[in-house]
Amino acid sequence: MINTADILETIQMIREEALDIRTVTMGISLFDCACDDVGRLEQKLYEKITRTAERLVPVCEQLEQTYGIPIVNKRVSVTPLSLVGAALSAEGFVRLAKAMDRAARTLGIHFIGGFSAYAQKGVSRGAAALMAAIPQALAETERVCSSVNVASTQAGINMDAVREMGRILKETAYLTRAADSIGCAKLVVFANIPQDNPFMAGALHGPGEPETVINVGVSGPGVVAAAVRRQGPCDFGTLAEAVKKTAFKITRVGQLVAQEASRQLGVSFGIIDLSLAPTPAQGDSVARILENMGLERCGTHGTTAALALLNDAVKKGGVMASSSVGGLSGAFIPLSEDAGMIEAATCGTLTLDKLEAMTAVCSVGLDMIAVAGDTPAATLSAIIADEMAIGVVNGKTTAVRLIPVYGRGVGETVHFGGLLGHAPIIPLHGESSEAFIARGGRIPAPIHSLKN
Amino acid sequence: MRAVVTVTGKDRVGIIAAISGECSRYGVNIEDISQSVMQEYFAMIMLAELDGMTMDFTQFVAHMEETGRQKGLDVRVMHEDVFNAMHRI
Repeated sequence: MINTADILETIQMIREEALDIRTVTMGISLFDCACDDVGRLEQKLYEKITRTAERLVPVCEQLEQTYGIPIVNKRVSVTPLSLVGAALSAEGFVRLAKAMDRAARTLGIHFIGGFSAYAQKGVSRGAAALMAAIPQALAETERVCSSVNVASTQAGINMDAVREMGRILKETAYLTRAADSIGCAKLVVFANIPQDNPFMAGALHGPGEPETVINVGVSGPGVVAAAVRRQGPCDFGTLAEAVKKTAFKITRVGQLVAQEASRQLGVSFGIIDLSLAPTPAQGDSVARILENMGLERCGTHGTTAALALLNDAVKKGGVMASSSVGGLSGAFIPLSEDAGMIEAATCGTLTLDKLEAMTAVCSVGLDMIAVAGDTPAATLSAIIADEMAIGVVNGKTTAVRLIPVYGRGVGETVHFGGLLGHAPIIPLHGESSEAFIARGGRIPAPIHSLKN
Repeated sequence: MRAVVTVTGKDRVGIIAAISGECSRYGVNIEDISQSVMQEYFAMIMLAELDGMTMDFTQFVAHMEETGRQKGLDVRVMHEDVFNAMHRI
């Protein structure tokens, strides 16, 4: 029989430490739907998504029952629509977004990702039309997520696209002002966007992916926080070992669920995303892990080093537990979705500048950060440019999900609801970046030798 | 297939009888039991073999949880593979 202590450990992880599978995401290729007639494309897209993912939700629900582990989100990602609908106008893309939304409702999934474009080197006609459609598409749908890749290590940073995204953020915030600019919570600007990421809002099904695929995102900040707390005042080597062992166990459960889901759905297994994804629930916070390492509050000096240790140990433990790893794979630090981060930002310890430094050593980037509604578009673009630079120079994925909450100012709190949580509006530097952003053009790709 | 049944709660007369009674009613064979009482707290882990089970697995999970709830116990039934995946390489 399995060791009693092991059984109790597993039960405790689920019951008290919020272990769950964060998302099972089915990637679906839409290339065979491509056509220049928006009506036909709409219909083909809706039919293909609803047919292919028909059993996703029931199979996941049955797996939850069988294994006793909650699967929090069931999602679909599709081929970036700017590629499938390259011939369409902006109005056409809004119609496609609505068709995606209808498909998501029919399937009973939480989010659908792939209202996306690649613009790292330049903006093609299709990408420009999709980008122009983003504000209206996000305002008129509920479950559609959008992303735009504006930079890569190979191409550099497309500053024209960065400037445009600042403007798009402002417009999206305005069009969804009745719901605290929630449209911006479903829009991510990327450098080095992954092609197989199961997490929203940045999920898409890359052009080199199979026809359909199952990608799984595991979670478990609460489990890691408890493991760190139990270690007490040990040295960093011992601490890293404890995190690795815990990450291994969490990931093995993800691998089990992913394999079983792909078998039952008859869809190939893609990757496990080794991410620590917090939720606003108590005890499910990445900030608490850092605080359990000995920091009085997340954001104080030492936070970046603590996060670097955590991020690396999670990957080392997780890689051995899964046959295939990909996506974002690292600790997430979404401000509004992490109870510890919210506290730290509210009291002023955690600032935007510190968050930016933290993103150099962990997954994703400046995520779910609410800023004042009157922030100039150029300032938003400049924040995006800074974050893109970190990704491009370090050869990693970085992203920005900023919410300039229309009509709200610094110090106010915004409630987005559900997993998106709530966030204090944090202060930014008041000095202008206008002339810098107005330059346009492209920041060249970095050199790959002479590394220092 | 096999499942791990865990039962925790305040100790009282008849816990094992109630749980094992439900198992036998639906053709579930108990292969191993480990049980302990610490102070007043009861904890039992059973390994159950489900090949001859007369109901659907998800129904059995729901039924056992409900049986536990009625008696003030926390009962969980989970596929053995979760524990094998997590604790065995």
